[in-house]
Amino acid sequence: MLGRILTLMKKEFLAVLKDARSRVLLVVPPMIQLLVFGYAATYDLKQVPYAIYNEDRGALSRELEAEIRGSGYFREKARIASSDQIAPLVDARDVLLVIHIGPQFGRDLASGKTASLQLIVDGRNSNTALIAVGYVRQIVSRFNDDWSQAHGLPPAPARIETRAWFNPNLESRWFFLPGLIGILTLLITMLLTGLTVAREREQGTFDQLLVTPMRPFEVLAGKALPGFVIGFAEATVIASIAVLWFRIPMLGSIGTFYLGLALFLMSSVGMGLMISALAATQQQGLLGAFLFMVPAVILSGFATPIANMPEAVRLLTYIDPLRYFLVVLRKLFLEGVPASILVHELWPMALIGAVSLSLAAWLFRARMY
Amino acid sequence: MSARGGRAMRLRGLVRKEFLQILRDPSSIAIAFVLPVALLLLFGYGLSLDVDHVPVAVVVDRPSADTADFTATFDGSRYFSPRRMSDMGEATEALLEGSVDAIVHLRADFAARERSRTGAAVQVIVNGVDANNARLVQGYLDGALSTWLLQRAAAQGLDPPIPVRIEHRVWYNPDLRSRNFLVPGLVVVIMTLTGALLTAMVMAREWERGTMEALLVTPVAAGEILVGKLVPYFILGIGGMLLSVAMARWLFGVPLVGSFWLLFATSSVFLLVALGMGLLISSVARSQYVAGQVALITTFLPAFLLSGMIFEIGNMPAVVRAITHLFAARYFVSIVTTLFLAGDIWSVVVPNTLALVLMAVIFLGLTWRRARKRLE
Repeated sequence: MLGRILTLMKKEFLAVLKDARSRVLLVVPPMIQLLVFGYAATYDLKQVPYAIYNEDRGALSRELEAEIRGSGYFREKARIASSDQIAPLVDARDVLLVIHIGPQFGRDLASGKTASLQLIVDGRNSNTALIAVGYVRQIVSRFNDDWSQAHGLPPAPARIETRAWFNPNLESRWFFLPGLIGILTLLITMLLTGLTVAREREQGTFDQLLVTPMRPFEVLAGKALPGFVIGFAEATVIASIAVLWFRIPMLGSIGTFYLGLALFLMSSVGMGLMISALAATQQQGLLGAFLFMVPAVILSGFATPIANMPEAVRLLTYIDPLRYFLVVLRKLFLEGVPASILVHELWPMALIGAVSLSLAAWLFRARMY
Repeated sequence: MSARGGRAMRLRGLVRKEFLQILRDPSSIAIAFVLPVALLLLFGYGLSLDVDHVPVAVVVDRPSADTADFTATFDGSRYFSPRRMSDMGEATEALLEGSVDAIVHLRADFAARERSRTGAAVQVIVNGVDANNARLVQGYLDGALSTWLLQRAAAQGLDPPIPVRIEHRVWYNPDLRSRNFLVPGLVVVIMTLTGALLTAMVMAREWERGTMEALLVTPVAAGEILVGKLVPYFILGIGGMLLSVAMARWLFGVPLVGSFWLLFATSSVFLLVALGMGLLISSVARSQYVAGQVALITTFLPAFLLSGMIFEIGNMPAVVRAITHLFAARYFVSIVTTLFLAGDIWSVVVPNTLALVLMAVIFLGLTWRRARKRLE
């Protein structure tokens, strides 16, 4: 039996690796994508383009301007002299933010009244808008503290002192990169498994396979193992790039990482083979691969929190193996938790894997065309 | 028969053949209509960046009237769902477990220091793993504190001790509903998938089955084959696009400020690019297997991560920003979010549409050349 599985596995490896284009497709794009997406995926803003509309021009307003310029978050794209210049700049997305200092600013501040600073923000991307306003708020609150101290005003009766655990500088790249490891591993397994059975079905070689003495279980093992082996190897390389190149901390144990990876590969290879076994043609296989992969990524909690989803959608995420793997990756890399804390993420992946692999094996025979 | 009459007849025949093929394998119709509706339903409801009712652990070491006054600000707020905890040990455990996103800790000397010259410090610990969420929570807590300070000053008849206050106005999306920009972005991602899925395999299928050679020996020209393939899928794709736009407008309540016809026209150009990309993939790959792999790699993730639908492009390093120019989704996201939320702003629509036209010409031109020349 083992001999038969090994033979089939060898054949599968050859089928995957003999086509030079396929070979390149499997190795090069995931690495490039990690580098490109790794730099693209962050919510932290730098160099937010803004325009300043200063009607005051006194020393105090210039001081505030200097604070904004020196903060490192912003890049001054224009200075404007009248309010009708605002709309064209914001409309064309030349600036995200217009900072307006009214003519009363310096006088109000000097006379002990509350001076106001107006912001006009492009809300087309509401998340970016909120973050940019948050940055200005930070700068102004520092300015306020300095001002109060310098002028002997009583301090506020209470203030907040924040500490962030696990990610002290709140770098959102630390959150997204472990997620990308999971997404790209999923992509690789879909590339390897999503179309294999469908291709053999279309070419008629699958029927030949089924009339050999091989049992469905053995066919399954032969089809699944290359996905496992290549998935393991590529995930290792991708995770190494994340740690060595992007300097993401890896606080957890390597053993737990591989335990999680093995269970995730089991579930995603299972899903891929199941889709592939269901499809009659490669076109259907591709459709199935997309229909699984796209929701699996978008609803995994990668970019938007699962807690924000309505109940019905949240229920659906429970059958998404990536959902669990992302938690494992983040907790492992950033928090360094032991495997015992991740049990509730690990067993669902094992279950999804067992169910989908069995279904795939059953479909091999049950679905004949 | 005139040359023109012959061409029209040949084209009609090709389009008819393609339509028949579409009708016989219903997966194309599923791709054009079921896929956009199902995915948009799922993601439109599923994706949101609007955080409210953040679970926060509140630990008060020595409860008093002052601390109760402070913690009361959380109770009425829609931003928080506070949970009283007896000590820091319990709260820390909850934070590690993930059942709360932050801990607000009022120490035993809160009441005393609040009345002293130094002021009291409110200790806040956030879980920084999800940095964006942590920042939002921090912002909410700052907001809650300022509200409390203002109320307190007003109650004591004092001027609020704030030198500079920010007033902000948000244009185009005044309520800052994240759905208003996520849904148009999702329409773009979904249409990218639909376009590529419709066509990524059709040319490869013909090559694989040998029917391409058969077609090439007929008087049909390469350009006619291309148009014959494009027309039926274009019609299907436009149907899917209209469905998605209708759902965005009426189901998800995204305002359509700009003109519908401009949206329709730019969508058509985008669809040509998406279909053209699929055709190019399938004529370069010549095997359905490889075409499928290329489609998986080049469509979904770049459209999701590099289009600006979720991550700001202006924020990426120059090299990555240059790479985003290779993906049509980038231009169309700009057009669609602007048309939906801001209106017919020509300074955004014109350059991005020109880029799309250029991409359509390149993709279709390359496909045409390959269909014409290559016969090995």
